[in-house]
Amino acid sequence: MYAQLVETGLKEVQGVADMTAEEREFQARIDADIKIEPKDWMPDAYRRTLIRQIQQHAHSEIVGMLPEGNWITRAPSLQRKAILMAKVQDEAGHGLYLYCAAETLGVSRDQMIADLHAGKVKYSSIFNYPTLTWADIGTIGWLVDGAAIMNQIPLCRCSFGPYARAMVRVCKEESFHQRQGFDIMLTLCRGTAEQKAMAQDALNRWWWPSLMMFGPSDAASVHSAQSARWKIKLLSNDELRQRFVDQTVPQADFLGLRIPDDELAFDDATGHYTFGDIDWNEFHEVIKGHGPCNRDRMRTRVNAWEEGAWVREAAIAHAEKRAAREAKHAA
Amino acid sequence: MSEWPLWEVFIRSQHGLAHKHVGSLHAADAEMAIKNARDVYTRRNEGISIWVARSADIHASSPGDRAALFEPANDKVYRHPTFFPMPDEVKHI
Repeated sequence: MYAQLVETGLKEVQGVADMTAEEREFQARIDADIKIEPKDWMPDAYRRTLIRQIQQHAHSEIVGMLPEGNWITRAPSLQRKAILMAKVQDEAGHGLYLYCAAETLGVSRDQMIADLHAGKVKYSSIFNYPTLTWADIGTIGWLVDGAAIMNQIPLCRCSFGPYARAMVRVCKEESFHQRQGFDIMLTLCRGTAEQKAMAQDALNRWWWPSLMMFGPSDAASVHSAQSARWKIKLLSNDELRQRFVDQTVPQADFLGLRIPDDELAFDDATGHYTFGDIDWNEFHEVIKGHGPCNRDRMRTRVNAWEEGAWVREAAIAHAEKRAAREAKHAA
Repeated sequence: MSEWPLWEVFIRSQHGLAHKHVGSLHAADAEMAIKNARDVYTRRNEGISIWVARSADIHASSPGDRAALFEPANDKVYRHPTFFPMPDEVKHI
């Protein structure tokens, strides 16, 4: 998902017998659906895991602006341009809600940004693919934001108060993103043969990376099991992926587009779609930094941070100077 | 270089309610904090008024004091009007 392969630092799921009194009390609060707030006592592993998860999520929102920003100047109409700018601005907002939720756990904003730039913390694999045509912008809204909603709606109920509250805000806005994407696809699919072919080409390229967003099966993962006990992961990767496929295939049918999977079929017995094998080798290569755009994305982020340094410094210098002047007048 | 200080943001919605905490952000001074809060927290008409306060200036009760602070209210149910049953015949009370 936006936070993929989040490690807990633990080798096995902690049993009740291994817990201290404080840890038992903490787990009891989570089991009773009482939110954990920043000043409450929490196990170190819970704090560290959440910092990693929320931070990855925040970085994904910020890096996620880049593939779409690529099309702001080339949107096909003034209205599409205004809509895309509003969407990209929302992504910045989502990143900021999430950074501030992570900061309540005691990590500084600068530290998180330094960790991203040093490659210590990842962002979602999906943003390492290029946006080659305008149809890619439609597909990202439809599929990538659709997948994000799938993951983020359950997180509104997660155990950590600031993260849950940030997710509520994000989900309210995300639906606009998905619909504007579908609207682009609908327009292309009702357009000329070339436009429809462009929509199909974009779906062909984004379908499998979108399914990879949910991450490999975590049915056997200790980290996922522990995160589930802490209620910072509410559904398994496979469950979320299945929901996404079940929801999206009929939408593609409506558009008259073909999902690029020969094995895709509806199973009457289960009421779910079955689908072909995902190329996890590609996923791991992208995570490791070998996707089509990894280097470009990181270079763009690092440049933005470094080239903006003088602005941050000047603003602080200005604020200090003004505060000193006001203090002198008051004296 | 030091980070811009952290500010807590409070927004009054359209409905005449009190300002409500919505989150935090970084800004060099109060003026910039209000401008940033406008962009981050009110993109969809969420508010008509913004307060910002330096996070460092906010003092909070500690979770450890929860019992001492809030439990004394538990055995004072007579503070709620429903503590006093009223005969059905008695109206407007």
